[in-house]
Amino acid sequence: MSDTIEVDGKQYAVDEEGYLANLNEWVEGIAGVMAKQDNLELTEEHWDIIRFLREYYEEYQIAPAVRVLTKAVGKKLGKEKGNSKYLYSLFPYGPAKQACRFAGLPKPTGCV
Amino acid sequence: MSEVVKKFMYLNRKAPYGTIYAWEALEVVLIGAAFDQDVSVVFLDDGVYQLTKGQDTKGIGMKNFSPTYRTLGDYEVKKIYVDRASMEARGITQEDLVEIAWEDFETEEEIDNIVEVIDSARVSELMNDSDAIFSF
Repeated sequence: MSDTIEVDGKQYAVDEEGYLANLNEWVEGIAGVMAKQDNLELTEEHWDIIRFLREYYEEYQIAPAVRVLTKAVGKKLGKEKGNSKYLYSLFPYGPAKQACRFAGLPKPTGCV
Repeated sequence: MSEVVKKFMYLNRKAPYGTIYAWEALEVVLIGAAFDQDVSVVFLDDGVYQLTKGQDTKGIGMKNFSPTYRTLGDYEVKKIYVDRASMEARGITQEDLVEIAWEDFETEEEIDNIVEVIDSARVSELMNDSDAIFSF
């Protein structure tokens, strides 16, 4: 567990898969740095999903599996966004896994 | 993916904290939900405490995972049963238990609460009907 990620001059511990070790340490800058490592530029559409995931975690204490995320996004942000094509276009490494990582959450429960 | 749908029952018999069983069982249910089997979750004995409202774990320094039960509907786990005799023995009524909603995204059919209180005979019947029982 020696991996860290540097954001604004501060070091944050991450696990071997790159997920933030302590979700309470999360700041928005972390998402930006992680995205850059994945060659992604975060847009408002990405942020909608990242914020949504943080709210979901706040309420239910888990990071949702991808099909649960897809369904929940459709309900909250509109049907046109609640499909995997849209979500994969934003997060090519898997909407649940990649977006959860940017959001400082653990790896989703039920993603196998 | 196998086309044979099996009936899986997850049996929860322990209090939510003090051991790791309740949380581990919930994780197994949520992970197993990806395999599209016929899943039922039963709360029996001290397991009925897992679904009680208003849990506060600050004093014991453990994560309060009781809100996570409310995602079972999102994970398409729709058969959730609580043993009536276990509730009565502990002075718990359905009012004391969390509600778990389920919604069909396509048809927008909605059920406000899928938690069902059943008697012991029905619990036995469900056990007999199951292909596999995972007891926690």
